[in-house]
Amino acid sequence: MSKLSLRTFTLLQTATSVGLSALAWAVTGVRPIWSGSQPSDRQRIYFANHTSHGDFILLSACLSEKERAITHAIAAAEYWGKSRLRRFIAEDMLSSVLISRQWTSPEENPISVMLSVLDQGHSLIIFPEGTRNMSDELLPFRSGLYNLSMARPDVELIPCWIENMSRVLPKGQFLPVPLLCRVVFGAPVAVAPSEERRAFLARARAALLALDPRPDRDD
Amino acid sequence: MRHEISILIIGLFVVLSTASVTAGVLSARAPKPLSATLVNLTQRINAWWVMVALMTVAFFFGRYGMTILFALISFAALREFVTLTHSRRSDHWVLLGMFGIVIPFQYWLVWTAWYGLFVIFIPVYCFLLMPAITALHGDTERFLERIAAQQWAIMISVYCVSHVPALLTLNVPGFEGRNLLLIAFLIIVVQGSDVLQYIFGKLFGKHRFSPTVSPSKTWEGLVGGLVASSLLGALLSFITPFSPLQASAVAFVACTMGFLGGLVASAIKRDQGVKDWGHLIEGHGGMLDRTDSLVFAAPIFFHIVRYFWTV
Repeated sequence: MSKLSLRTFTLLQTATSVGLSALAWAVTGVRPIWSGSQPSDRQRIYFANHTSHGDFILLSACLSEKERAITHAIAAAEYWGKSRLRRFIAEDMLSSVLISRQWTSPEENPISVMLSVLDQGHSLIIFPEGTRNMSDELLPFRSGLYNLSMARPDVELIPCWIENMSRVLPKGQFLPVPLLCRVVFGAPVAVAPSEERRAFLARARAALLALDPRPDRDD
Repeated sequence: MRHEISILIIGLFVVLSTASVTAGVLSARAPKPLSATLVNLTQRINAWWVMVALMTVAFFFGRYGMTILFALISFAALREFVTLTHSRRSDHWVLLGMFGIVIPFQYWLVWTAWYGLFVIFIPVYCFLLMPAITALHGDTERFLERIAAQQWAIMISVYCVSHVPALLTLNVPGFEGRNLLLIAFLIIVVQGSDVLQYIFGKLFGKHRFSPTVSPSKTWEGLVGGLVASSLLGALLSFITPFSPLQASAVAFVACTMGFLGGLVASAIKRDQGVKDWGHLIEGHGGMLDRTDSLVFAAPIFFHIVRYFWTV
């Protein structure tokens, strides 16, 4: 992880990203709904609800080719680094950045890994719930979002609600059911002066939840 | 058959060009910014150009083109239906089966003209086996609602839609090799009826047909649309095995079913709290918004032709 350096996409990464975006569209007809923010190539951290491996593919399918080439999903090393094949898929094909929950050496510290990506001018996709969520409630957010925002306040934090993906590809399944999906991009959230960590995380979570277009959440 | 197809294509081209020119003139004269109705009208007409072009291409590929086109229409329609209705995590395999097994198998039955299984595969086998699979999963929460939604989904999106290409399997004496024209007749008359009802409704609509279900349907639109599309049916009798009188009667029945299909689709959408099924076709909504009338008309039209005109 220490030798993390990001270049422009390799041919394999470009092909994978174009192919997966086309596949995401064919299966889910995915459409972005820009509700409070606009597509832009400025540096951003997209944070989203997480129910499925397909989440980040759907989200990046909503970005332009140019943005996609500098946007990296953050994935758990415990899962994606488990075998050579998984690591190859995550890093060499999907250009994800792996972080470790049980890190030991300082250069494995997730925050410094993510900051090093931001410092190379790239954008991030993170799932602040920390895991794929099986319940119907959005889980409490982990602190990463707050720490990143405090360290790099000029990077925009965009909440992104990914709709229906838990029905398309639930945790534990590998064949997707074709259902229509939307990704709702909300207004940027920023840490207010002297805002305390937990208050900010609750506010960011509420901002994400507010984007859920379902009229009632009783299912 | 070439002759008839050429006439149809020229006719559609003239109608669509007239529509585009009319919408262009109306937009040029109207105060800016344009009203939502005018913007939507232009979007609808543009989408019609694309749909007619796609249908024409599929037409030239004959039986292959029609079977594949309507299988894809079933896919898009089923996706919209399932997205809108309630399902749970335990329904995953049943939902997968609807897309991965039911659609291909039903269209394979159309392709091989296996009529006996074609008519009962979904209403008998799927209707019994799908709830059985759901029950085997052991999740009984909102059970009846879930299995009912699944059955209606494949009934509407797959079973009914598949009756359109199934028209190619009918054996009408003296009409051999020209069955594609039956499809053309059904689609032009039913979709034409939708458009005519829209026009009559916009021009003369006063009395709502069913305010609680669909605010846009009026008695004036319905009567005007049905009379005009029956006349259109008679006018098109030269591409069918029907006499002009028979053609107008068949068109009348198909378009009445089409109207009811639109009404049922509106009721489902209203129940689920949405205005459109999806966003696939600009200005129209989703695939089901455009095909709801065809869905109800196709099986009835199929059986009328089969009962009265085949041996």
